[in-house]
Amino acid sequence: MLGQNENGVKKRMESRVMLNKVMMVLFFLATTVGLIFLGLLFYRVLTQGIGYLSWDYIRSFPAPYPDKAGIWAGLIGSIMLMAIVAVFSVIIGVSTAIYLEKYASKNKFTDFIRINIQNLAGVPSIVFGLLGLTFFVYMFQFGYTLMAGGLTMALLVLPVIVVAAQEALRSVPSEIEQASYGMGASKWQTIARVTLPAAIPGILTGTIIALSRAIGETAPLIIVGAATAIYTLPDSVLAKYTVMPIQIYNWTGRPQEEWQYVAGAGIIVLLAILLLMNSIAVLIRNKFSRRL
Amino acid sequence: MDNSLRSEGNQLNVQQMIEERKQKKSIGERIEKIVPWFLLLCASVSVLTTVGILFTLLRESIGFFSNVSIFEFYTGTSWSPWSGHYGVAPLIGGTLLITVIATIVAVPLGLMSAIFLSEYASDKVRRTIKPVLEVLAGIPTVVYGYFALTFITPMFQAIIPDLGIFNALSAGFVVGIMIIPMVASLSEDAMNSVPNALREGALGLGATKLEVVFKVVLPAAFSGIVASVVLAISRAIGETMIVTIAAGATPNLTMDATQSVQTMTAFIVQAATGDTTFGSTIYYSLYAVGMTLFVFTLVMNLIAQYISRKFKEDY
Amino acid sequence: MSNVTKVQKEKNEGTAVPKVNKKETKKAENSVINVNDLNLWYGSNQALYEISMDIPEERVTAIIGPSGCGKSTFLKTLNRMVEMVPIVKTSGSINYRGNDIFSNKYKKEYLRTKVGMVFQKPNPFPKSVYDNVAYGPRVHGIKKKEVLDQIVEKSLKDAAIWDEVKDRLHENAYGLSGGQQQRVCIARALAVEPDVILMDEPTSALDPISTAKVEELVQELKEKYSIVIVTHNMQQAARISDKTAFFLSGELIEFAETDDLFQNPQDKRTEDYITGRFG
Ligand SMILES: Nc1ncnc2c1ncn2[C@@H]1O[C@H](COP(=O)(O)OP(=O)(O)OP(=O)(O)O)[C@@H](O)[C@H]1O
Ligand SMILES: [Mg+2]
Repeated sequence: MLGQNENGVKKRMESRVMLNKVMMVLFFLATTVGLIFLGLLFYRVLTQGIGYLSWDYIRSFPAPYPDKAGIWAGLIGSIMLMAIVAVFSVIIGVSTAIYLEKYASKNKFTDFIRINIQNLAGVPSIVFGLLGLTFFVYMFQFGYTLMAGGLTMALLVLPVIVVAAQEALRSVPSEIEQASYGMGASKWQTIARVTLPAAIPGILTGTIIALSRAIGETAPLIIVGAATAIYTLPDSVLAKYTVMPIQIYNWTGRPQEEWQYVAGAGIIVLLAILLLMNSIAVLIRNKFSRRL
Repeated sequence: MDNSLRSEGNQLNVQQMIEERKQKKSIGERIEKIVPWFLLLCASVSVLTTVGILFTLLRESIGFFSNVSIFEFYTGTSWSPWSGHYGVAPLIGGTLLITVIATIVAVPLGLMSAIFLSEYASDKVRRTIKPVLEVLAGIPTVVYGYFALTFITPMFQAIIPDLGIFNALSAGFVVGIMIIPMVASLSEDAMNSVPNALREGALGLGATKLEVVFKVVLPAAFSGIVASVVLAISRAIGETMIVTIAAGATPNLTMDATQSVQTMTAFIVQAATGDTTFGSTIYYSLYAVGMTLFVFTLVMNLIAQYISRKFKEDY
Repeated sequence: MSNVTKVQKEKNEGTAVPKVNKKETKKAENSVINVNDLNLWYGSNQALYEISMDIPEERVTAIIGPSGCGKSTFLKTLNRMVEMVPIVKTSGSINYRGNDIFSNKYKKEYLRTKVGMVFQKPNPFPKSVYDNVAYGPRVHGIKKKEVLDQIVEKSLKDAAIWDEVKDRLHENAYGLSGGQQQRVCIARALAVEPDVILMDEPTSALDPISTAKVEELVQELKEKYSIVIVTHNMQQAARISDKTAFFLSGELIEFAETDDLFQNPQDKRTEDYITGRFG
């Protein structure tokens, strides 16, 4: 009697353990779907684009024939756009973070700003495009220029930078700020000379992540009028421009197969730049996390 | 005060130097006063952005609704602005179709990934897989769009011969893959914050890991998981480039995933790339559609925040 | 400087763990800081009650008492660092060389150049040794390199750490040992040539050898500075201080010459504490 019962328990146990194993494999496989997809995507892009990738491709402007077209205008446009985005989003974002962390008393108003930033992060990027269209393109009369695109993108990535900078500021040990105050330093002196320098690695990493988000964005720039065909490089912030994603989008939409390869080559350049930016971010993080 | 001892050995007298420089400090004091105001100004930019978004969406939408009745906009079932039909239902339908497909792809895969990473994977495996998975979230959407159009659609066409070049299925599928990392990493965070003591208690009673997952971890992390799903859905609703490239531009009130559809976002892109003149009804329609989109995502985000705030109170 | 070399000589001649010679200072007692009827609240919790005491000039004053009795709070009140906690309220008065430190006319930034502070845990900035020590002077507007060089060297020498760091002035201070870091922090405090140095358990995070070095240093520094030191270690208080104050639950129970307080406590509670009956 007892033996039988024990046997039953044992059997059930076995099947439960079995189920556990089967499900574990299933969970693992589900995890690999994303990874396989990623692998396929890279493989596909590389095999499609590599044939068209050359120094000529990088240095050429758009052209009506696939074998003459190049990414130069987009590459330079993207870099110039990044510079504008970086200047505005870092100054405004880091200042916002300092204000929230160091100056604002923790009250309804700061809560409001915090929730507001959280919500901004969830607004679809294309809505930022509409914002930029109303304000920067028409109201401020920048037109379809780098400046309009840059400011729109700066607002788009602002939440990323604010949150990263807040985190970086919070992780600065208060002991060293105390030490500064103890030397008779004022509040701003302490922030500028002690807190901010110690927070710079975190802020830099956040900035790079924000910029790599901006460099891949397409939709808002379509709305604020990044051009598709540009045959000269922008010579001021109030010049017409294009960026890599816009060019890629434009080529992808063309019916002849060759344009897909041109687009593929553009994607390789774009992904290479993203890879570079992320490696820098990782390097910074590793270099400084060892120290603290 | 007798400073002779302190300046012993040489002529150095720091306190005296500080004293002298104190006279000049008024600049420093002025900076000290100005800085907080400058910072506050910067902090208000984010608020102004929100105000700006609301302002522009509302004002231009009102402009739109003075030409097209709000009733027609929300109840009409035909969207062809170039011939004067402004029923937004096909765009909403297209958006929902894509979102549903994406959710069907992303939620099971994302949750299973989260369970694997949080409950089964060793630390080392987690630390290698997680960043790779997060690369998915960093790929520009235009690249996804390209991949959907040039690879996923032909692949699906091999299985479903009727599938058009532009279709909701591949677009929705790829959007789903794109939001996997969101579901996975936010859910994993929620699962990780379930106290280990709860797990150990159940394991100690002889439960298998799987039983622990379903009876302990998932219930305890439930609200966090729901919040992650809602956020991911909101992301899918606002996704633009993938659907613009791969789903086509056919405002189509259908639940047939093999057909081409147009989402709200795709319409905005289409209208902005075409030669839409400033001040025309089509120009204003951008904003009416944009506002509808904004409300959708805002509601989703607020729900997610509400849920995760409750979740925080639980612990 | 001469003091430093003497200490080092003593150390070399002495045993492995250097013994501290308490110098008998029998100066006429002037006070640098006068505390009168000081009360302090954290919100509605009173942490200090009616404290009145005079901190003597160029001597070492130790503050002892059980955990939570308000030692750190009292110390931080002396240079108004306690106000970093926004809910703090005080009543009573503190005078530094005749200046009311709570008066609006007396800026707390200026007070802190006169009344410097060394913390419990070594807290150098994540900067080079040089930049750490030059921090105070720079903040107060001294920018000339030659002047800063001199100040840095002198401060490090006074803190008895010059020899150990003179070849790595431009390396990050985080690379030093805990004991070295703490002495760099002392040098940093010395760099503005304060009048009074407040030390909150400066050795509690250090190993015995580093502790001995800091104790020696305190003995040297009192030649030039008035020192207030909080300690949990009664042997340390007895070894290095001239006067000792015993705090209990926010009250000053007894304040006397160190030898008197330890050998002949006037209050029963002091006696209980120093004989280890509680705390
Ligand atoms: N920031 C603060 N906010 C509120 N109360 C505080 C704060 N800091 C200290 N207190 C309270 O004030 C009292 C005295 O604290 P204090 O840190 O001065 O004690 P202490 O004698 O230095 O203790 P220890 O020996 O542990 O360092 C304690 O009851 C403590 O709870
Ligand atoms: Mg203390």
